[in-house]
Amino acid sequence: MSAQENGETTPAVTPPRPPQRRGPMGPMGGMGMPGEKAKDLKGSGKRLVGLLRPERTRLVGVFVLGVLSVAAAVVGPKILGKGTNVIFEGLVGRMIAKQLPAGVDPSTVSIDQVIAGLRAKGQGQFADLLAGMHDVHVGQGVDFHRLAMILLLVLGIYAVSSVFGWLQFRLTTRMVQNTARQLRNDVEAKLGRLPLSYFDRQPRGELLSRVTNDIDNVAQTMQQTLSQLITSVLTVVGVLVMMFSISWELALVALVTVPLAMVIATAIAKRSRPQFVKQWTHTGELNAHIEEMFTGHALVTVFGRQREAGKVFAERNGKLYDASFRAQAISGIIQPALGFVSNLNYLIVAVVGGLKVASGTLTLGDVQAFIQYSRQFSQPITQIAAMANLLQSGVASAERVFELLDAEEQSADPVPAAKLAQPVKGRVEFEHVAFQYDPAKPLIKDLSMVAEPGHTIAIVGPTGAGKTTLVNLIMRFYEVNGGRITLDGVDTRTLTRDELRSQMGMVLQDTWLYEGTIAENIAYGVDEASRDEVVAAATATHVDRFVRTLPKGYDTKIDDEGGSLSAGEKQLLTIARAFLADPTILILDEATSSVDTRTEVLVQKGMAALRAGRTSFVIAHRLSTIRDADLILVMEHGDIVEQGTHAQLLESGGAYVRLYESQFASAAVEES
Amino acid sequence: MLVRLLREHLRPYAGTALAVVALQIVQVVATLYLPSLNADIIDKGVAAGNTHEIWRLGGIMLAVSLAQVVCAIGAVYLGSRTAMALGRDMRARLFDRVQAFSQQEMGSFGAPTLITRTTNDVQQVQMVVLMTFTIMLMAPIMLVGGVIMALREDVALSGVLLVVVPVLAIIVAFVVTKMVPWFRKMQGRIDAVNRVMREQLTGVRVIRAFVREGRERARFGQANDDVYEAGVRTGMFMAVLFPLVMFVMNATSVSVLWFGARRIDNGQMQIGALTAFISYIVFILMAVMMSSLIFVMIPRAMVASERIAAVVDTKPTVLPPIQPVALPAGPERGLLELHGVEFRYPGAEDAVLQDIDLVAEPGRTTAIIGSTGSGKTTLVNLVPRLYDVTGGSVTVGGVDVRDVAPDELWALIGLVPQKPYLFSGTVRSNLQFGAPDATDEELWHALEVAQAKDFVEAMEAGLDAPIAQGGTNVSGGQRQRLAIARAIARRPAIYLFDDSFSALDYATDAALRAALVPETRDATVLVVAQRVATIRNADRIVVLDDGKVVGVGTHAELLESNPTYQEIVYSQLSVEEAA
Repeated sequence: MSAQENGETTPAVTPPRPPQRRGPMGPMGGMGMPGEKAKDLKGSGKRLVGLLRPERTRLVGVFVLGVLSVAAAVVGPKILGKGTNVIFEGLVGRMIAKQLPAGVDPSTVSIDQVIAGLRAKGQGQFADLLAGMHDVHVGQGVDFHRLAMILLLVLGIYAVSSVFGWLQFRLTTRMVQNTARQLRNDVEAKLGRLPLSYFDRQPRGELLSRVTNDIDNVAQTMQQTLSQLITSVLTVVGVLVMMFSISWELALVALVTVPLAMVIATAIAKRSRPQFVKQWTHTGELNAHIEEMFTGHALVTVFGRQREAGKVFAERNGKLYDASFRAQAISGIIQPALGFVSNLNYLIVAVVGGLKVASGTLTLGDVQAFIQYSRQFSQPITQIAAMANLLQSGVASAERVFELLDAEEQSADPVPAAKLAQPVKGRVEFEHVAFQYDPAKPLIKDLSMVAEPGHTIAIVGPTGAGKTTLVNLIMRFYEVNGGRITLDGVDTRTLTRDELRSQMGMVLQDTWLYEGTIAENIAYGVDEASRDEVVAAATATHVDRFVRTLPKGYDTKIDDEGGSLSAGEKQLLTIARAFLADPTILILDEATSSVDTRTEVLVQKGMAALRAGRTSFVIAHRLSTIRDADLILVMEHGDIVEQGTHAQLLESGGAYVRLYESQFASAAVEES
Repeated sequence: MLVRLLREHLRPYAGTALAVVALQIVQVVATLYLPSLNADIIDKGVAAGNTHEIWRLGGIMLAVSLAQVVCAIGAVYLGSRTAMALGRDMRARLFDRVQAFSQQEMGSFGAPTLITRTTNDVQQVQMVVLMTFTIMLMAPIMLVGGVIMALREDVALSGVLLVVVPVLAIIVAFVVTKMVPWFRKMQGRIDAVNRVMREQLTGVRVIRAFVREGRERARFGQANDDVYEAGVRTGMFMAVLFPLVMFVMNATSVSVLWFGARRIDNGQMQIGALTAFISYIVFILMAVMMSSLIFVMIPRAMVASERIAAVVDTKPTVLPPIQPVALPAGPERGLLELHGVEFRYPGAEDAVLQDIDLVAEPGRTTAIIGSTGSGKTTLVNLVPRLYDVTGGSVTVGGVDVRDVAPDELWALIGLVPQKPYLFSGTVRSNLQFGAPDATDEELWHALEVAQAKDFVEAMEAGLDAPIAQGGTNVSGGQRQRLAIARAIARRPAIYLFDDSFSALDYATDAALRAALVPETRDATVLVVAQRVATIRNADRIVVLDDGKVVGVGTHAELLESNPTYQEIVYSQLSVEEAA
């Protein structure tokens, strides 16, 4: 009689892992800010887990469902094992009946008699085997009724387990997606609190990479590891319990290979971790290069730099290939390696189990179930190891995100903040202001000036004299290092930045438009603007004229930073934007430098209306703009060397006259 | 698209790919063989209480599983190497293609999406290849192997497969069909998050000045929510798919046990055959399950490969000549002429430039003046072939620019664009951008001419002072002067100044122009400007209005006779008159 059994009899199929995305994720990237190794694996890992705190309820849900699902998956094979036993017993019952002497009615023979008979014949081993069985009826075949009951029960358990698995997956998805969304929002909010100096240092691609690729990778890692990790750990615990309940000795034997598995997993993880960190760093470097070369595409072309750009690209692309290939290859070893360990384990269990069956201490069904369990046991261990490896990649990315979140912020708004008396008059005063971008090089040492409400203040001076800096300080883009700036007598540092800036309108030399329609861009500075208001602002600033020539007029989409408009047209749009925002204080930093002069004259008429009744700061090189100013500040090397009206300054015969003569003399000659 | 892209890029790795397949076959065969070895251990060893037999069979089993693990590791190694190399090659192909683009193609795609396609989309395709090599390749092998083994064990019981496989196929097909549109949306929405974030980074000053952080937060929040939605939707489908497939598989084992029990009871089947059969069924179903994994990934990769192919298949409109014509030696190679040039953007009704005739000789300064949107920048861009004319011709040294080898053409030109973009690096690396071999002396000279020497000297690190991306860490005027120095360092035969003096004050502007005179003695200088003062000394002034030349002459001539020019001049100088 053969009692063929094998370890895979009753498969409880565990859910497959969702598609893994372990590779570099994509766009943008860094300048290699983080070091080449995970700095604080434990700390970052802990922090990563901390991100899940708001999702506590769901996490508990995932855990509970995991317990239920695992319990079902663990109990399933145990019961299915009984089904196998039923078939086996039926088979044995038939066989014994066949071996009975002819004429004996099988139904009259009890199994105990058979066992006694066998022992008498000296077939003790077989007798032991039979004695270990539960329910053998001589002459009866498979008890289909009992089998049906068992199989239906198992089916029910699997169904329940699947439902739990489904719910768990749903919860995990929501949890992970929520966390990723929160993380993205956190980073976005963080960018709002960073000082402008931070953006001067950081390449765009670098920051973008952290928001998109790295957070994406963190989310992917979480999705793949979280429910798996919980399920795997629970399965290990559940299986252990079941194994000990069958035979504690065998259970101990099954555990023998666990330390081996752990040693292998740790060794591999140690080698894959630096590769994952490298992979993300190189992704960043490559993407920073791509971003910059595509942005400066025209220059790269005309200056014949394509070959060099390609060379740098190839080098970084090669490095990324190298790191990601290594990371994949090394971490890919873990599963086959642990699979081998699991086979080793199988063999040991089989040997010991075989001895136990032979001695009759265990039924064959139990050994078979046991082998099944030991399989189920190694599988999650292998998975835990693989997850731990995958986490390396996630932690490497998380570190890059945390680094950004930990960057030093601009000073917090004061609490309670001062309020400006309404209506705001717009008197701006600098009192002994000192400022420097670089501590070693003071730019503004001691600057005082007053801008009276409604006045137009022109700032003139050579490039690099600190004109734009002055404006940056009024806007509080940078903080003064000494003295103070007041608006209507209130220190601007005691106001919230929002309160301060909502009084200001600004037109910069660098035009910035976002991907939206022309109307949306004009209305950017205000919360709600009607089409009439937009058109009115556009008309006043001579935007209306060219907008009407566009096929879709105000609904024309501005693509990729306004590529379809000329530089002058873009500048006009930003002027219209400031016009519509209707600020108390207007700042124009070379606002019309790209606009042709005929249009400029018209725009200036519109702007004169805009300036009426508000304090304006104007940086310009064109005399026409400066001449009518109420106050001209002449700046040199970060200081105001002279101030007064055009007439006063001409009379005084100082720096302004020199500047005036050198700058406008040629122009003056022309017209004569 | 996906198939085509893979076929093109896998060709160089055909050998490795075949090796991966071979290794996977061995691996799978070993995997398939193991259960029957296991069965033998139970059957001949455990059941018989034969420890010796257990050891013997166990030894074989270990040897087989060792072979399996070696093959699996080999497959992972070669598979990830090939997949990553494929990704690398695709990125390189995209990068090269984009580099060959003219401004026209750049404009129609836009830099942000090109960046995403070069990186993120390649990543999607690369991952599918990796998954295929490391896991998915096993699916068909396991399927075939499993079916053969199952049939060998018991043909009648294999009938179960006829029910189960179609059921699984229907489930997978149904769910995947539902998922595809969401993956499509997903990719587009990731683009949107990228775009909004990039805009926020470039516009940080404006956003803060207008106190629009709240609005930006909402805008980003919207894009973020959209990605979240796509993520949750696809996740929900997966949540259904996997437990459902799992249940079907478990139910299959149960039903095999049920029908198998009947066959055993009737003596048609051995109990050992039943257990072996179940293991093969599990293999087959595992294969189906793996396929469902890749079916989940493929739609996303398909979307990605469409986006990649769109770039790769876009032929640059500006192509190098097949038979380049050599330029004349000597200064006359700088002679720049436009003959009846017409330019219109594709699909545009009106031409931006019409009927433009213009001559700019070496040693002379030719100026272009005109109102905003009159086509000045477009005209400048035609010279280095950032765009190609749609009518007429542009010639340098008497040769149509379209017949000149691009490298030779670009070597002639020093362009200072309207937006003086600087690259991240140092002052030196930016100056050497167009003249890699320039010495420090030459660089300082270029800086001096560009009126940038003083402030670069004032920088602590001098030529090695760091420059941020885009040049945001220097003032607008300084940026412009560095961009001018960059062009000067190149010592070109043709200078193209596209409104390059706008951020300079009059004094600097005048000093720069004076310093340029000896520098450009033999060169052709084309200046676009708004300020009359900048161009009044030009040898020839071309007045552009609405894409047409409305006047050519010297300052004095035009002032006399050209109403458009008069209008421009008086808009600037009449005010001065009053001063």
